[in-house]
Amino acid sequence: MALLQISEPGQPVEHEHRIAVGIDLGTTHSLVAIVVNGEPQTLTDSENRPLLPSVVHFSENRVVEVGYQAQQKLTSDPLNTIASVKRLLGKNMAELQEQRTPYALSTSESGSPLIRTIAGDKSPVEISAEILKQLGTRAEQNLGDKLEGAVITVPAYFDDAQRQATKDAAQIAGIPLLRLLNEPTAAAVAYGLDQGAEGSIAVYDLGGGTFDISILSLEKGVFQVLSTGGDSALGGDDFDHLLSEWVLQESGYELPLTPQQSRVLLQVSRNAKEQLSEQEEITVELNTGKLQWQGQLNRAQFDEMLQPLIKRTLRATRKAVRDANMSPEQVQDVVLVGGSTRVPAVRAAVEDFFGQSPKQGIDPDRVVALGAAIQADTLIGNRSGDEMLLLDVNPLSLGIEIMGGMVEKIVPRNSTIPINRAQEFTTYKDGQTAMAVHVLQGEREMVKDCRSLARFELRGIPPMTAGAAKIQVSFKVDADGLLSVSARETSSSVESSVEVKPSYGLSENEITGMLQDSFAHAEEDKQARSLREVEVEASGLLDTLNAALKADGDALLSTTEQQQIAAAMDELTLALKSEDTKKVTNAMEYLNHQSSGFAQKRMDHSIREALAGRDLNEVERT
Amino acid sequence: MHISVTEPAAHHIENQLQKRGGGMGIRVGVRTSGCSGHAYVLEFVDSTEPDDRVFEEFGVKIVIDPKSLVYLDGTELDFVKEGLNEGFQFNNPNVKDECGCGESFTF
Repeated sequence: MALLQISEPGQPVEHEHRIAVGIDLGTTHSLVAIVVNGEPQTLTDSENRPLLPSVVHFSENRVVEVGYQAQQKLTSDPLNTIASVKRLLGKNMAELQEQRTPYALSTSESGSPLIRTIAGDKSPVEISAEILKQLGTRAEQNLGDKLEGAVITVPAYFDDAQRQATKDAAQIAGIPLLRLLNEPTAAAVAYGLDQGAEGSIAVYDLGGGTFDISILSLEKGVFQVLSTGGDSALGGDDFDHLLSEWVLQESGYELPLTPQQSRVLLQVSRNAKEQLSEQEEITVELNTGKLQWQGQLNRAQFDEMLQPLIKRTLRATRKAVRDANMSPEQVQDVVLVGGSTRVPAVRAAVEDFFGQSPKQGIDPDRVVALGAAIQADTLIGNRSGDEMLLLDVNPLSLGIEIMGGMVEKIVPRNSTIPINRAQEFTTYKDGQTAMAVHVLQGEREMVKDCRSLARFELRGIPPMTAGAAKIQVSFKVDADGLLSVSARETSSSVESSVEVKPSYGLSENEITGMLQDSFAHAEEDKQARSLREVEVEASGLLDTLNAALKADGDALLSTTEQQQIAAAMDELTLALKSEDTKKVTNAMEYLNHQSSGFAQKRMDHSIREALAGRDLNEVERT
Repeated sequence: MHISVTEPAAHHIENQLQKRGGGMGIRVGVRTSGCSGHAYVLEFVDSTEPDDRVFEEFGVKIVIDPKSLVYLDGTELDFVKEGLNEGFQFNNPNVKDECGCGESFTF
């Protein structure tokens, strides 16, 4: 027996480290992070900056710039420089026109909105893909290896169309997407709240363009989203807009402004907002072309301006807390996410609402990417599923029925999904051309104690001796918990498959019950399994011997020898009826012993047959 | 039902835990895998599950889930040196057969 070493809990023993990143595809900024030596960290560009402005610039010569370079062109080339594209993702034309986009829009043949640029019409999905591509390249350059998977975060508020658009963007960018993860869940994971005690967590996420509030519950390391709420068109950008309106009012400039001018105005407003997080009073200055103005602004004024927006976030927060059947005081931890939570008025409002100070310590701009990186690391298989469940696990083992009514587990319980597992099986009888695949769920050893999910047949297996066929049975559980099982005979490539939803119709209690049963019946299940194993082996032996006796029993054995074997076979048949593992094992050993001479003779015989009539040289060559 | 550890094994576990800087003991168990059915699990423990059984010997805690206990009842965990190689060995009276590679076994 090989000598063993102690391993870290749950760490897969034979596993190389695979590169998987977490991507926060944000409205104003995007980030990419990865887990190194168990610690998540954001990856930076060549100038050591972790943030990538979510800005894409298209130029005439088809050069696409992303990030800071593109951001610089916001004022000089506003129509071809696309910012905050996340707000446009997955939206239809009517929805887009409601928003104040400074871009020229057109419609594609299928009716979806496109943005007119000098490099042609671009869909929001394509533009998002440019950002993802840039992050993917950054990851590969940093790590010197190919990216094998990514978790991309989306606001909990995103609907199906917006989620699908994000998935499409990942595909266009060539990013192998493991899963979309809700941003608040990622933030809670980054704070390690999944490791902590039981309780409830509120995640208040005020980013550049989206506001999300989520109430999560944590029980035995399992996260559950109790309620979500928010506004997919409310964020720091709106703070900037408010400030620019204030500047316009104070300075007395008349609308409309040129695209250039409104860019400058927004930039000035954003700077003012950021300064006010640090300082009590600042000077706001417009200094481009015709726009020349200077004014004073203090934090109290700014706070006052923001109140309507902050109230909107608190309204959504109150509703989410109520939807979770809780009161604000019952929330144990509060996590702040998004750069806009740096604004002191926002912090104060949240603290006041929940009656406790929010968690601090992780940069609110990076917290989502860091959490996504941890999740990606788990999904790709670099750490155990037990450490973080997020309810994205397979609650019960999945397997198939094998000879003797036993269950062979293929996907063990608590495996993180998505997961792919395959195992090879073979035929039991000579010339067997079909195999029934019975898909089961549960922890028990015998088919009758598990839950039947599906059955299908694999037909057209070429006739072979028992045990010669190689049938690969693959289990695939996708991120939505959809299980597909396929069986494939490898030499002929005949294939058959089925799809099922394993968790369908099972409540939490039933799952717990099935688990408890497996503990309660562990001993009898073990006995039953051992018995069935020897029974299957014994029947196989009887079948083989019967076939052998028929083929060359008369030719090779004397009547006495034949009788001896027949007697031992009868004994085994009798023992099989006893349901006693020991009796069957003994009878089988006896039969093996009695028939060993016969087996030897058959072997010699077949070798003689094979050699007969051939000269030695010929034999040596083969 | 019982699991035991030899003194050298306990000693080594203690050293390893110290080196690791944490953990309440080690977890032993069986999982289905390998070529002949089952393989042993041997890892550090940071937290136990409600159904776990805990055995203590020579000051080290051995944690095992109730399902694995059935397969490991009476097992002695030993620490052995074989030439240059050293490691843990399960002396399990329930084992019937081991596969050639030594990775897995049947009951």
